[in-house]
Amino acid sequence: MARFDVLVLGGGIVGCACARELTQAGMRVGIVERGVVGGGATAAGMGHVVVMDDSPAQFALTCYSRGLWQDLQSQLPASVEYEARGTIWVAADAEEMLEVHAKQRLYASAHVRSEVLDGLALAAAEPNLRSGLAGGLVVPDDAVCYPPAAAAFFLEQAAHDGAVLLQGGEAVKLEGGKVTLKDGTRHVADRVVVATGADSALLPWLPIQRRKGHLLITDRYPGFVHHQLVELGYLKSAHKLAEDSVAFNVQPRSTGQMLIGSSRQYGDAGPEIDQKIFGAMLERACEYMPGIARLSGIRAWTGFRAATPDKLPLIGPTEDPAVFVAAGFEGLGITNAPGAARLLADQMLGRPTAIDASPFLPECVANFASREIVHA
Amino acid sequence: MREVHRISVTVNGCRVQVPEGSTVSAAMLNAGSAQRISVRGEARGALCGMGICFECRAVVDGVMHRRTCQMVCSEGMTVETQP
Amino acid sequence: MVGAGPAGLAAATAAARHGKRVLVLDDNSGAGGQIWRSGTDGAKSGQPSTKRKAIAAFDASGAELAPGRRVVDAPGRNLLQTLAEDADCSRTERFRFEKLILATGARERFLPFPGWTLPGVFGAGGLEALVKGGLGVEGKRAVVAGTGPLLMAVAAHLQQYGAKIVCVAEQAPLRQLVPFAASLWSDPAKLLQGAGYRAAFAAAPYRIGCWPVAAHGDGWVKSVRLTDGRRVWDEPCDILACGFHLVPNTELASLLGCEMKGEFVAVDRQQRTSVADVFCVGEPTGIAGVEAAMVQGAIAGLAAVGSDAEASTEERRLQRRRAANVRFGQRLDAAFQLRDEVRSLATADTVVCRCEDVTFAELQGRRSWTDAKLQTRCGMGPCQGRICGPAVQTLFGWQASSVRPPLFPVPVAALRGDGARLTMQPSEPTIDLQEIS
Repeated sequence: MARFDVLVLGGGIVGCACARELTQAGMRVGIVERGVVGGGATAAGMGHVVVMDDSPAQFALTCYSRGLWQDLQSQLPASVEYEARGTIWVAADAEEMLEVHAKQRLYASAHVRSEVLDGLALAAAEPNLRSGLAGGLVVPDDAVCYPPAAAAFFLEQAAHDGAVLLQGGEAVKLEGGKVTLKDGTRHVADRVVVATGADSALLPWLPIQRRKGHLLITDRYPGFVHHQLVELGYLKSAHKLAEDSVAFNVQPRSTGQMLIGSSRQYGDAGPEIDQKIFGAMLERACEYMPGIARLSGIRAWTGFRAATPDKLPLIGPTEDPAVFVAAGFEGLGITNAPGAARLLADQMLGRPTAIDASPFLPECVANFASREIVHA
Repeated sequence: MREVHRISVTVNGCRVQVPEGSTVSAAMLNAGSAQRISVRGEARGALCGMGICFECRAVVDGVMHRRTCQMVCSEGMTVETQP
Repeated sequence: MVGAGPAGLAAATAAARHGKRVLVLDDNSGAGGQIWRSGTDGAKSGQPSTKRKAIAAFDASGAELAPGRRVVDAPGRNLLQTLAEDADCSRTERFRFEKLILATGARERFLPFPGWTLPGVFGAGGLEALVKGGLGVEGKRAVVAGTGPLLMAVAAHLQQYGAKIVCVAEQAPLRQLVPFAASLWSDPAKLLQGAGYRAAFAAAPYRIGCWPVAAHGDGWVKSVRLTDGRRVWDEPCDILACGFHLVPNTELASLLGCEMKGEFVAVDRQQRTSVADVFCVGEPTGIAGVEAAMVQGAIAGLAAVGSDAEASTEERRLQRRRAANVRFGQRLDAAFQLRDEVRSLATADTVVCRCEDVTFAELQGRRSWTDAKLQTRCGMGPCQGRICGPAVQTLFGWQASSVRPPLFPVPVAALRGDGARLTMQPSEPTIDLQEIS
């Protein structure tokens, strides 16, 4: 006798968002989380809710999901610290300004608000950026939030509608709707959602690779930076398939602290701070904002993004009708959590999806080599 | 009686004379001044005296988050309660 | 060596006497650590003779002191990274070593109670340090509360600086203290020390079995509420110093990968840790006081240079003293154990994490230290959990999680991987790599 209609494996922001959608649709949901809810990649990342245009599919998904965040905004508790700070994509030179203009046109065609800033306007908007930058694109509806609190909020809502958290359980074997935990307990559900982030041991055929990142948080310096600032080179960094790379990415928190990133590394890297790439990341940040050098850095950490070869997440059914996937979000797990959860629920319930879900289907994975790999 | 040389520093706009070798924290607390305002608005001052609690943080010569319990006063220093 | 307190100085002296090139890193401006801290005004702080002798021996040994440096990372094999901060400049340096002796000492345990965040409420050792740095206490009324022999030492020193000791409140019940007091007969030096302190503030009440439940005031402490379990009363005061035992500073040892034994660093009889070339001495291996620290330091200093016939006779003598110190430490622990009431003084509104203003109520119901950190920010401030960590361990039984660099907040420039020298004035930072082998 199945106790659950759906068992969600993984209590990160994606798993919790899925649980919330599915309980809202009337399902009996269980969530299996081996550690602290929202304690994995969810806690390690920045909490940037951002439109990303590196491919048409990603553009559609991030726009859709960002819209869902906006719809949620009024319900979110203060602990989630959701603020529509906006993003500024920073252009260092004339060549990058061309990209800025192209981006603006693309966003306008999709009714995503953005505005081109020239050098003077950029300096006025963010006085702590170094002089001599060419300008940028401000995307005012992008936002920042505190992801562990968001995951906890989604979970609370799901629990309010009857979802059960199986705390401390770690799924080690999956056979259709049958899940075996590390301690030997077994659960049976009509359907299972694998939302285990960078740990894809349950479905080894998923083309998910770990991509290590570093972050540093500073002490409180209210007003030092106003928007989330990202260099245009960020997209090039995110797209490197094999090399280590860094890109300037700074986020203001509501506490007045700054999160400084970003770095990307493939390979079997451990969780310890990699001095070389961490130093390079901070060097890059100081190139864009020299004042950062003198700020007090109070904590550094690493995290592992779940990356797929074409940068698109896997959302939907697998060849086994009982097994669904919501994983492989790379650096967009926070942005795409509500959208992915809605798409997943729609597919599970046979509802029409608001955007085309086919680019994210896991069953296409066997053919992924033939999928078009697009670039910014 | 050993003569102690005094120097002057400014604490929250008031010039005070302190014995040479005094720490900035001592100068602020002797002047009756809170050292920082906490996240929820409480007045705070030094607690551990050994530079690890960060309660003695103040704005020294315009720079924020300076720990003052191990910092020696110098002539003309300006010190303010950190908001 | 890391740490120029009694243990570090003893280790350095022993090693330098055997001809090794020895450097001691310490974050203070002079040698002595916490317990032998010099006043910045140099004048009033009494110099115990053990300190004078130890420093003289250190000075004569040929070992060097590198003051004002705080270790923030161990970025490579046999490498330490330090931060030095003056009023107008920050500097990061790297030090390469063949052998490392950790003498990082201990810090005070703070137990939250209503009003403990008021200015004027200090740690017991913290107040001593601040007074030596020029904090004025002359004519001020002081209450010293908590537990342990430190309270008496602090009260005596405060009195030397002109404070009026209103009362010393020791939480341990009399029946718990009696065996310890009796055992001091076997150790005349310690008995005299205790009697000396007591005589120093003979006029003030020393209340046993009594503890603070709240501090009151508006912007500064003006009274403390004490109880003996039956009565409750308020003592007006200008200063409240609290001491609830010490917590070992094991962060650097953890970062280096040293195995722990409970909350202390595991060491063998020669003070070796589980990491090659790394020794640990003094409080981080077990809270046992100055004498133990000095003995262990000497043992490690000898072991680090390699033992020979002369050294082993010396070592045997030291090992006997070490065993006696361990026994004394155990008696201290038993005598001054914290009672249950003192472990749960916080009320709903009491701030537990001072960096982030997280209250006791917000922490109740959290499942673990990690859960609490993520959902309330407790322990995520600049003190990196050094103050609130021991408090939440006492309140909830949560163990702190693993240690990561930087061990201490540092200017971002210091984390860039090269050495850097910054001025605090708004100008471009200059780069100045210093690697000292």
